[in-house]
Amino acid sequence: MSRYIATRAIRGAHAIVGEAASMLDKALSEKGADTPVSFPNTAYYLPLILGMTGREITKVGDLQSVVEQAKGLLHPVPPDRRWTPYLGETLDSGMATLLAEETIMALRFIYGLQPELMPGFALAGGTAFTSPDNGSGPSADGHLNGPIDDIQLRSWGIQLVDGRMPGFAAIVGCAKTNEVAVKIVRELQRRNILTFLSGNVNGRSIIHQLKEEGVELGYDTYTVPFGTDTESAIYALGFAVRSALTFGGMKGGQARNILLYNKNRVFAFVLALGEVDDLKYATAAGAINFGFPVIADTIIPEILPTGVTTYEHVVSMPFNEIEGADDLERAERLVQKCIEIRGVKVRVTEVPVPVPYGSAFEGEVVRKTDMRVEFGGKHSRAFEYLLMADLDEIEDGKIELVGPAFDDVPDQGAMDLGIIVKVAGRKMEKDFEPVLERQIHYFVNGASGIQHIGQRDIAWIRISHAAAEKGFNVKHFGEILHARFHAEFGSIVDKVQVTILTEPALHAEWLAKARQAYEERNVRIGSMTDESVDTFYSCTLCQSFAPNHVCMISPERLGLCGAYNWLDCKASYQINPTGPNQPIKKQTNLDPVKGYYSGVNEFALSASHQQVQEVSMYSIMENPMTACGCFECIAMVIPETNGIMVLSREDTSMSPAGMTFSTLAGMAGGGLQTPGIMGHGKFYILSPKFISADGGFKRVVWMSSILKEQMAEQLKEVAIREGDPDLIEKIADERVCTDVEGLVAYLAEKNHPAPNMPPIF
Amino acid sequence: MPPETPKRKGRTIEQRSIDPAAQAMLIRADELGLDTAFTRAEQMAPCPIGANGTCCRVCFMGPCRLVKDGQTGVCGATVETVTARNFARAIAAGAASHSDHGRDLAFTLLAVAEGEAQGYKIRDPFKLKKLAEELGIPTDGRPVSELAHDVGEKCLAQFSQQRGEIAMIERAPKKRKELWRKLKMVPRGIDREIVDILHRTHMGDDQDPEHILAQGMRAALGDGWGGSMIATDLSDILFGTPSPLVSQVNLGVLRKDEVNIVVHGHEPTLSEMILAATSDPELVSHAKEKGAKGINLAGICCTSNETLMRQGVPSAGNFLHQELAIITGAVDAMVVDVQCIMQALPNLAQKFHTHVITTSPKVKITGAIHIEFDEHHALDIAKEIVRKAIDNYPNRGEVNIPDVKSDVVPGFSHEYINYMLGGSYRSSFRPLNDAIMSGRIRGVVADVGCNNPRTTQDASHEYLVREFLKNDVLLVETGCGAIASGKYGYLLGEAAMQWAGPGLREVCEATGMPPVLHMGSCVDNSRILTVLSQVVAEGGLGEDISDVPAVGIAPEWMSEKAIAIATYCAASGAYVIMGISNPVEGSPVVTDVLSRGWEEMVGGKIEFVVEPEEMVRRALGHIDKKREALKLPAYDPERFGRSGDWRVLELEQLSPEERAEALYGQPASGD
Repeated sequence: MSRYIATRAIRGAHAIVGEAASMLDKALSEKGADTPVSFPNTAYYLPLILGMTGREITKVGDLQSVVEQAKGLLHPVPPDRRWTPYLGETLDSGMATLLAEETIMALRFIYGLQPELMPGFALAGGTAFTSPDNGSGPSADGHLNGPIDDIQLRSWGIQLVDGRMPGFAAIVGCAKTNEVAVKIVRELQRRNILTFLSGNVNGRSIIHQLKEEGVELGYDTYTVPFGTDTESAIYALGFAVRSALTFGGMKGGQARNILLYNKNRVFAFVLALGEVDDLKYATAAGAINFGFPVIADTIIPEILPTGVTTYEHVVSMPFNEIEGADDLERAERLVQKCIEIRGVKVRVTEVPVPVPYGSAFEGEVVRKTDMRVEFGGKHSRAFEYLLMADLDEIEDGKIELVGPAFDDVPDQGAMDLGIIVKVAGRKMEKDFEPVLERQIHYFVNGASGIQHIGQRDIAWIRISHAAAEKGFNVKHFGEILHARFHAEFGSIVDKVQVTILTEPALHAEWLAKARQAYEERNVRIGSMTDESVDTFYSCTLCQSFAPNHVCMISPERLGLCGAYNWLDCKASYQINPTGPNQPIKKQTNLDPVKGYYSGVNEFALSASHQQVQEVSMYSIMENPMTACGCFECIAMVIPETNGIMVLSREDTSMSPAGMTFSTLAGMAGGGLQTPGIMGHGKFYILSPKFISADGGFKRVVWMSSILKEQMAEQLKEVAIREGDPDLIEKIADERVCTDVEGLVAYLAEKNHPAPNMPPIF
Repeated sequence: MPPETPKRKGRTIEQRSIDPAAQAMLIRADELGLDTAFTRAEQMAPCPIGANGTCCRVCFMGPCRLVKDGQTGVCGATVETVTARNFARAIAAGAASHSDHGRDLAFTLLAVAEGEAQGYKIRDPFKLKKLAEELGIPTDGRPVSELAHDVGEKCLAQFSQQRGEIAMIERAPKKRKELWRKLKMVPRGIDREIVDILHRTHMGDDQDPEHILAQGMRAALGDGWGGSMIATDLSDILFGTPSPLVSQVNLGVLRKDEVNIVVHGHEPTLSEMILAATSDPELVSHAKEKGAKGINLAGICCTSNETLMRQGVPSAGNFLHQELAIITGAVDAMVVDVQCIMQALPNLAQKFHTHVITTSPKVKITGAIHIEFDEHHALDIAKEIVRKAIDNYPNRGEVNIPDVKSDVVPGFSHEYINYMLGGSYRSSFRPLNDAIMSGRIRGVVADVGCNNPRTTQDASHEYLVREFLKNDVLLVETGCGAIASGKYGYLLGEAAMQWAGPGLREVCEATGMPPVLHMGSCVDNSRILTVLSQVVAEGGLGEDISDVPAVGIAPEWMSEKAIAIATYCAASGAYVIMGISNPVEGSPVVTDVLSRGWEEMVGGKIEFVVEPEEMVRRALGHIDKKREALKLPAYDPERFGRSGDWRVLELEQLSPEERAEALYGQPASGD
């Protein structure tokens, strides 16, 4: 700190702690000490308070001790002369500020003031504020986002760990102009940096600026509007705390570890736009505890010595003094500087398309009314087919359109499309075709104004008016794919050639070829069993977040995040032989039923840093595989039923275990082996090896309805495979019951096989 | 009174001291015809044989004076053996003094645990628990008194232990411990190693200089990582772990219209109780009855450092101020405990009204009043002493208090430094290590040790501090050196803005710390060992204390304790420079053992350098050498200095409108 910052921050801390105390007094008298307080859809109570103090706040009265603790962290403002040191005192006052801010936000929830109302505002892509009573609660419209829920945190988890999302930016304040605001956010999106928005300067917030400019804000665009006051920036720090709890295996109250985890692993920074007031200084002091540096676009004192943060603590980049031809260039440089100061590793692939490009745009939705043209869906047919070619057979960078472009298609009309990608490379293998083909979805989606859904012959692509007006045409799909395949898979792909087909006859011909290939691949993958290979793969991608966790990926058991199957890992190993996916020779099969392999055990012992001695590939009851925090589903034994339940990450309802997904996730994650509970990938449920040691799929007595719906067809086949075609109907879900009594009764009524199976214990 | 011609051998007032308060009192002493250590030093040439360390008086076949090349003592002892033995005996005496201080605190802690120590309590139960854990004492659910008891016993056992290793060496870096173990240098018990020296330097024992000196290191380690460390830790537990506060130093802290009690010596135990007694309402009103406005407590020497660090009791000055304080005529009682108390005090006091009161069972001085201190009745005794001082107030004669005092910010325990650099949640040495690694801080110098009237008081301390600050060297200080820095304004945050180089200034401005950290009394040099160990543990500055770009300097040393401190620092891997003169001058071989020999063996060394300019040169040379060995960037002050408040303070001068305009800075040229 500098003395100026110390003075302002400590002054701000005193004010906000005072405010929290008086709000609490008011709530105590108006609402009573027993009124429940919580943030929606999180198992982490008030996450910052949980992380820093270990307190599980559930009611208003619990907040008294928090406010007392905050008061205890306050210090006098340093005098103008004969001062004593103030750095530690300022950091403490910053922490007091955060405790007070979270207290204030929690209290605002009980007064219905959070998420902050903003009439006329809609969150991007329909990612509604997920309230506990999802669907019947507040809609996506008319309010800002409020705190990020656990579901979103977990689904971002894998992106945060694999580097697709290099970090997050907490923007507080208001940019110099709307134009600058948009540019800053676009620059961050282009780098896939998650952006949290809060605060204002004289009542005007960057959220207002972006809204005025029609920038889509919400989970889908990686830009989350928290609120127009500084206090709402606490949600960014609550998110940071939860990433340590979720992925780092830390517990509430391990404040120092949580803060260091963030310093070392979460690449975040604070960008203060416009004049910095006392409360912003105080909040920034809190953020510095996390190792997050603060960059301002105005004149503020600089603190360049390092230590609490990895690089500079506080940097002032007066906007007018940034080198640049115009404000847009200055905004770009400002973002570059932020990234440099936090040491965020960003890899940007220049994609030659006329619209902004980056993973932040992957989730964008193009609504029917905003649409210029669509391919696939109800009114046309689109497909994607990637195949391997000989090196001398194709020409790298050749992008060919065969057939008409969409100029003649009426507005909001549809046309047929085929995307044929031929790749060649010395290390390319036929098995990698589907691995690469699945990337088309992500690559195409990265373009702003383009929406891509599905894959193979159920692909569905929309181009928005905005994108079309900027000159985006179908050949640009080829440009995108050429650039991205080289960037991401350069070590196995030497040449990429793309053909875009709209010509009807050729379209039909290639569609038939593609379908034949899909079928062959299905058979190939379907025939691949754990016994048919001698090598499994590890995945330690998440060790940057969950240091002791290691996934063992076999043909019949994909990674728990759902993003990596055996073939993906094999390709990944080819691409990066020293990377997170290492081949594991199975070696001796110690127990074919439970799935113990000596090679797997050896690898687990070493890669888990001696935390895990043995891993059974096929049992939930004995040495189950550990989990980081990114799992799609949790399986858990329900002893009364002699079976297990499978809970989806997307299911926020109560489960028969008496806990929601978020709460259970705390038990399943963090790299610990807990018999009876396990995190896993969605498609593992379909595998013949799904807890096969414990009786297999027939043990499933309860399953989130969303899983049943998403995998209806495949589940039917599983039921047939298990010799009980009606099995799926016998499995309860949250619509049937969310308690054990109800479940037991339902199973008896439906004559579910599990209760009559051998005891699971 | 007509001024007498002062007796001096060619020293001006300015050559005696650079401190204006001291100068004023020395002029006053000259006027009154009084002797002080300053004048006695001028009249007493050091014994040339003793000064060289070549006088052997360990048996009575001699004493033998070895003054010629190749000459031996009656027994055949060579000059190497004789100088080494004398040096080792000085270590033993120094280590004994510090360690006995630690032992007494352990007894006090035990008395507190048993509820028998009147007026005392555990002020830092957190540190007590931490120390208990470190000493392997179960802590779960146990009351503080039980912990205090076990810790007290365990600490006492460190002194009498005969085998194994003393406990606190565990705080040292791993590599250092391994080296000590390899060299069989880990102290077995604090007392045992001291006794061992006295034994082996008796007539007819160890007569291999390197071997004698190796045992010197072992005993000294028992001081630094034993007795002194216990003294520091137990003092913190009993009286509070220091954290920064604002106070004042120099004779100007004495008050003309209040009862002045000066505590002097080294221990905090009694002085803390006297501090309590000075606010006793009955005694305060008694003082008023006697015509005083109140009771003013001040300190001198390391007792002062103890009370200054923890309670902000102002300091009347360092070692050479003990006589000068009495010469003000304003000291109603000077209460002394142990160490560094000049016998001249009672005689000098007779010329004034001052009571010199000895309190330690170990220290009686002819002519002084003895009121023996006993921790079981501490408050009663303290009150008796304060009452005696009050009763003496009306006996004052002429009072001449120099109007010289400086503000200081002391109180840097290593616990606070940890906190200072990261707050409650992120406390660590990381920012300090980072600052050293980046070169903002070039290195660290511990400027410590005494005053010595053979050289100009404070001159070397002041010069070194000024030069090192200019060179971006962070200073850590204890003892009389720290008080010296306080007198010249270096113990203030403002000092960084005025004197520090650009990188150090940035770090000071970021933390608010002064560029010179006052870490306590001379036993608190143990804090510096702890800091160095923690710096190593934090990472990036090597694996051992000997890797850290740091130097210890005692430019004005005079006591045997200084030799013990220098030795344990060297044995811990530090480069130590001592001023004044070389006590083993008589033997070039032993001089070489202490420097080159020890450096090869333990990575640290002692060198004797008289000229302060040369001390700076060598210290910076050593720091730069260590930086290079760590592959750190070479020191380059040009790279730093941009951060700070300056720009925003300019902005604050503007009107709100102008400010809004200027907030985003000046438009870049050509825009």
